[in-house]
Amino acid sequence: MNETYIMPDYEIVRNAERCVRCMACVRLCANGAHIFDEKRGVLTADDSKCVNCHYCVANCPTKAIKIVRSDHCFKPSANYTEDVIKDIYRQADTGGVLLSSMGTTKSYPVYWDKMLVNASQVTNPPIDPLREPMEIRTFLGKKPETVKYRADGRLEAETHPNLMLKTPIMFSAMSYGSISKNAHIALARAAEELGTFYNTGEGGLHEDLYQYGANTIVQVASGRFGVHPAYLNAGAAIEIKMGQGAKPGIGGHLPGSKIGEDVSRTRMIPKGTDAISPAPHHDIYSIEDLRQLVFGLKEATDYKKPVIVKIAAVHNIAAIASGIARSGADIIAIDGFRGGTGAAPTRIRDNVGIPIELALAAVDTRLRDEGIRGRVGLVAGGSVRSSADVVKAIALGADAVYIATPALLAMGCHLCRSCHGGKCNWGIATQSPELVARLDPDVARERLVNLVTAWSREIMEMMGGMGINSIEALRGNRLMLRGIGLTQKELDVLGIRHAGE
Amino acid sequence: MDEEYDNVPVRDELREGNVRIPSGCAVFGCLSRSGRRMSASGAVDAMTYMHDRSNGLGGGFAGYGIYPDFPDCYAFHVFYDNEHAREETESFLKARFDISGMERIPTRKVYGIRGAPLVWRYFGVLRPEIAAHTPLDEEEYVCRSVIHINTKIKGAYVFSSGKNMGVFKGVGYPEDVGEYYRLGDYSGYCWTAHGRYPTNTPGWWGGAHPFNILNYTVVHNGEISSYDANRRFIEMYGYKCTLQTDTEVITYIIDYLHRRRGLTLPDVAKVIAPPFWSQIERMETSERERYTLLRNMYASLLVTGPFSIILGYSGGMMALNDRLKLRGMVAAEKNDVTYVASEECAVRAVCPEPDRIWYPAGGEPVIVELTEGNGK
Ligand code: SF4
Ligand code: SF4
Repeated sequence: MNETYIMPDYEIVRNAERCVRCMACVRLCANGAHIFDEKRGVLTADDSKCVNCHYCVANCPTKAIKIVRSDHCFKPSANYTEDVIKDIYRQADTGGVLLSSMGTTKSYPVYWDKMLVNASQVTNPPIDPLREPMEIRTFLGKKPETVKYRADGRLEAETHPNLMLKTPIMFSAMSYGSISKNAHIALARAAEELGTFYNTGEGGLHEDLYQYGANTIVQVASGRFGVHPAYLNAGAAIEIKMGQGAKPGIGGHLPGSKIGEDVSRTRMIPKGTDAISPAPHHDIYSIEDLRQLVFGLKEATDYKKPVIVKIAAVHNIAAIASGIARSGADIIAIDGFRGGTGAAPTRIRDNVGIPIELALAAVDTRLRDEGIRGRVGLVAGGSVRSSADVVKAIALGADAVYIATPALLAMGCHLCRSCHGGKCNWGIATQSPELVARLDPDVARERLVNLVTAWSREIMEMMGGMGINSIEALRGNRLMLRGIGLTQKELDVLGIRHAGE
Repeated sequence: MDEEYDNVPVRDELREGNVRIPSGCAVFGCLSRSGRRMSASGAVDAMTYMHDRSNGLGGGFAGYGIYPDFPDCYAFHVFYDNEHAREETESFLKARFDISGMERIPTRKVYGIRGAPLVWRYFGVLRPEIAAHTPLDEEEYVCRSVIHINTKIKGAYVFSSGKNMGVFKGVGYPEDVGEYYRLGDYSGYCWTAHGRYPTNTPGWWGGAHPFNILNYTVVHNGEISSYDANRRFIEMYGYKCTLQTDTEVITYIIDYLHRRRGLTLPDVAKVIAPPFWSQIERMETSERERYTLLRNMYASLLVTGPFSIILGYSGGMMALNDRLKLRGMVAAEKNDVTYVASEECAVRAVCPEPDRIWYPAGGEPVIVELTEGNGK
């Protein structure tokens, strides 16, 4: 990252008194930021290489290292800010499109934080989840509309494949290639233990992971990487990725440096080539085409697996979702624009799409207005950061949520936003064997299980407080939400009232 | 009427429908399985014993088998704010129904009843030429006509529209409302009753219970926390929850599942208050499949929060508690009569020595119907 005109963002500060010169940091930092100068016999650092991932900080035996934000500054301006200036230097250096990882860093409104949840007082008792049953089991998919009695009194209804989730939280798509095999194993094992699902992303499924198929959602994206009949039949559901919140309108991008032997075999592409999936699916130029792919996939899997269509939250989201609900898809997953990514053009990540809260509310309202909400399950993702966000998403109308960044954080990610570099010190967003070995899949699995278990408990606590003991009674229950500091238009789109109303 | 509410005018914007008013309440129901017509005074007496569960802001009764002279006519009971609303409604009704009887419902002056609207009733059958031409089935047509009057004709509100049954309700304590409508003059094989304790000041006559649609009446005690989830689902199927009350949405849920979807009442009860998943898992296969299907299919019609409801319908009565039984409800039997009430004292008031008295478990419906051959 030696860039002309740009001073490093961070400084590595070493406490000389504490440092025992064990050289761990020199060996550990994949970016080569710590340097031992043999000639002078001094331990020093190259700040320009540091991505602020805290791996050295966490592993220094004497806690001698800290990373601080550099106080080196440009002349302050509210218009030409430091970020703006640096981005211009970078592009003048390379002539390239700026790339970023993880979700947008811009301060767009976070509507989750502008909604408050209700609780019962007097007229309606809160329910204590430690003492009463509290149900969060969720079925995802199409619901039958009509039911008939057979002569023997049994019920008969047309059935549709559904996913059964023990908690309304799933791990969203992160491809093998963008993240490591150990990270995938951890996600798969955690999903199995939690009774939920993880998602392969667009990179195919490593043969060692077929055993977790019952808790796997296999994705089919525009690049069709790693897609073959056995893959389609390996999972519990199939997801067609039409778009991703962090980069609506463009395809995935995996740099050749991340494509080694295993990734190349799994993706069915040559080693070392960039894997660039096209912006559209070249067989889907309209809603009728989507319908054909949905049914093509259903045919390939004997109508046994629900088909999810994942779309990025964009301006016309409600109408698009309504079209998808009529396309034969069983589940719609909406990905908001603050969602994460392994690599995306910075300008797209920061400027294209709309927030998940507004998209979700608009879609749920539209599907109900058209009387077709029961035809599809609705999954919301793209910056769901806590159990409170989950509760609010469900009250707005989601059946379940997708989380990815919190899952990475649970595994050790420090949000250094350098995934596209392929040198993740935490063994997550990398394919380098030494780095991957740093991530113990079972430790990571346990941390994922802990996280989702903790969130599930908190969801039950909040439901109990509202006097609700079954998640279906929270779904779409917008009276349980109140806006705080929102304009009337925002309240109208969210379909909620203001606090105090 | 409690003095604290005296002189508190009912502002239009505070009527049911413009605000959501939670309320606590008392409920009572009784049904003679042999179809014996019982005077309403029993139900009125029972409510008197639960006086403290109401606060004078609403009371009402529903009687079944009370109009034996017009067994096949829809009996429309209507509140009018003014004569103009009455003229408009009557011309609407006459255009669609052959009216064989109409009158002001007889009332008497009672201390504690105020703000009474004009109360009329009409007996009529759907005009054959309309029945022949509408694409809707007859009940759906009647239902939509009622919704039309209630939402489109200002100052008119149809609060009872079934056959050989009727709702009598108003603002006041239930016993006063019974007195006001001279209910001692009526007898029927089934009565349900309600005393209301809304936690808010408005008291509009239309907002009192029972809530009615066609032959269904619902009285309800509780405040449901699933309200908006239920409302937003049921509104997909042509209902409009104009009153914003729990009772209204519960009535629509029952109408949807029972009349429109053809579910049996025990299955309706299991949609509204389903077994827990942990219980479903322990069931034998066919039961497990049944309850899994119902729960999954009608997930959004599950009702949580405290409630006890009594559903009246043609030929029967169903009482149901929420699945945690967060509201009291007792059932009792004596000879051919089954009673249900919020409190045991109400049953004992009318039936001091029942043969059997029990507290139905949460989510377990008590369903009683006329035995075969007994006329409705
Ligand atoms: S990149 Fe990470 S490991 Fe390397 S110096 Fe910076 S914080 Fe330490
Ligand atoms: S996954 Fe690794 S590279 Fe990506 S943000 Fe997290 S720590 Fe940084």
